[in-house]
Amino acid sequence: MNGAIRLIPRRGERYASVLIAAGILAVWEALARAGLVSTLFFPAPSTILASIGALLRSGDLPVQVAATLGRLALGFALGSVPALALGLAMGWSRRLNAALDPLVASAHPVPKIAIFPLVMILFGIGETSRVVLIALAAFFPVLINTASSVRQISPIHFEVAANYGASRFKTFTRVLFPGSLPMILTGLRLGINIALLITIALEMVLPNRGLGTMVWRAWETMRPEQIYASLVVIAVLGVGFNLTLRLLERRLVPWQSGREA
Amino acid sequence: MSFECCEVTKTYRTRNGSVRALDKTSFSVGRREFVCIVGPSGCGKTTLLKIIAGLVNPTSGEIVYNGGGTNGRLRNAMVFQEHGLFPWMTVLDNVAFGLEMQGVRRRERRERAAAFVEQIGLGPFADAYPHSLSVGMRQRVGILRAFAADPQMLLMDEPLGSVDAQAKRVLQTELLRIWEQHQKLVIYVTHDIEEAVLLGDRVLVMSARPGRILEEIPIPLSRPRQLGKERPEIAEIKWHIWTMLEDGVRQSLSVSP
Repeated sequence: MNGAIRLIPRRGERYASVLIAAGILAVWEALARAGLVSTLFFPAPSTILASIGALLRSGDLPVQVAATLGRLALGFALGSVPALALGLAMGWSRRLNAALDPLVASAHPVPKIAIFPLVMILFGIGETSRVVLIALAAFFPVLINTASSVRQISPIHFEVAANYGASRFKTFTRVLFPGSLPMILTGLRLGINIALLITIALEMVLPNRGLGTMVWRAWETMRPEQIYASLVVIAVLGVGFNLTLRLLERRLVPWQSGREA
Repeated sequence: MSFECCEVTKTYRTRNGSVRALDKTSFSVGRREFVCIVGPSGCGKTTLLKIIAGLVNPTSGEIVYNGGGTNGRLRNAMVFQEHGLFPWMTVLDNVAFGLEMQGVRRRERRERAAAFVEQIGLGPFADAYPHSLSVGMRQRVGILRAFAADPQMLLMDEPLGSVDAQAKRVLQTELLRIWEQHQKLVIYVTHDIEEAVLLGDRVLVMSARPGRILEEIPIPLSRPRQLGKERPEIAEIKWHIWTMLEDGVRQSLSVSP
């Protein structure tokens, strides 16, 4: 591997980033304790940690996390499953792709949060509208990645399948689906990240429960340590989703291991 | 099992008018024959192979097969230049692919594929994915896949074109050994004159685009062949083929003599 561009960090490089993070936290802690920065804006990391502990014990945090995860999971499932099906169909059928691609291309760049009022007019002010918007947000990245994942499969693979007399079903299960799986998983990862973003935003715009609402209430009641505490939990969720999907990728796409970052 | 290629012509429509890839190409191939086709690049060799395989339809002319199946064609297996293996299948699954498409049960097809894989010493790599193999190893797997499918004819499109010269000699020997065992009709497209002469019972020399058959040359070498031994009459044949091809090659490179 010497001389080649390394996509996977060396062990030493990984330690370095941990050290830098620990260093920043230590300096922050020291500055906060010494009173050199205002704890109103930068409460000490230990205070934030204590706040997370208190929120956990009071049962408040688990309730909020459950609310966020619940609507995220529902919205993501409702958005990504049809997107997968439609994306594969669009990749499979040139005609369907030609018909739908301009629609998708013009609907996709619209920031989904901007159409929330419209969604509320259609679905009412409540949970349904939130879930619909989360689903919409997840739908497009999954759809676009799935459709293009099919098109990036080298035509030679379809020729080989045809040459060996593969049926349409076999061509789908043995060529089209495995061939597009790596990019589909990338699409799912993009989708869950955007869905999380929209979920948190919605919990601020139309608050009732959830981590976004928690951040917003902490801001309104001027409790900075709680703002930070909720942010830490949101970050953990985001990182968790990405790690899980990466692990899933490694399990489901073993033929690409070593090439993956 | 044999076939005849009758005045096959192929014209492609492009944005800048039409391009004639093949022009009234005719030849016949007998059973168990190993026929090599040489020609300058872009002479329509690959197109011809795909027409024989039934993947592409000729603009005019036809291929007449004897002993074909229900669709009138001979059941064929192609070996592609490169990237012909499925990256998402292990070596064993790739080799078993043809059998899988024929509906052979999983256990049986894996056993039959494993026998092929073992035979050429690729056993330790049976569960490896193609990305971890060298180019030469991948092409061996591609060739095995074609033989394992037990077709009536094998169509090979420069299968060793991207393999380095030394490995090529080894793989040619290996290919001939497998072929001696199975005795299939083989059409082998190459731009390597030496290779064509070493492997084939006959060499068909094609012209630059539009491709047609310039000459059919029988190779007077006995089988099984020993590769690497140079014989004067073979050198003569190679020289003869080169003189036929030279103009076409210069033309495709646009250089004057």
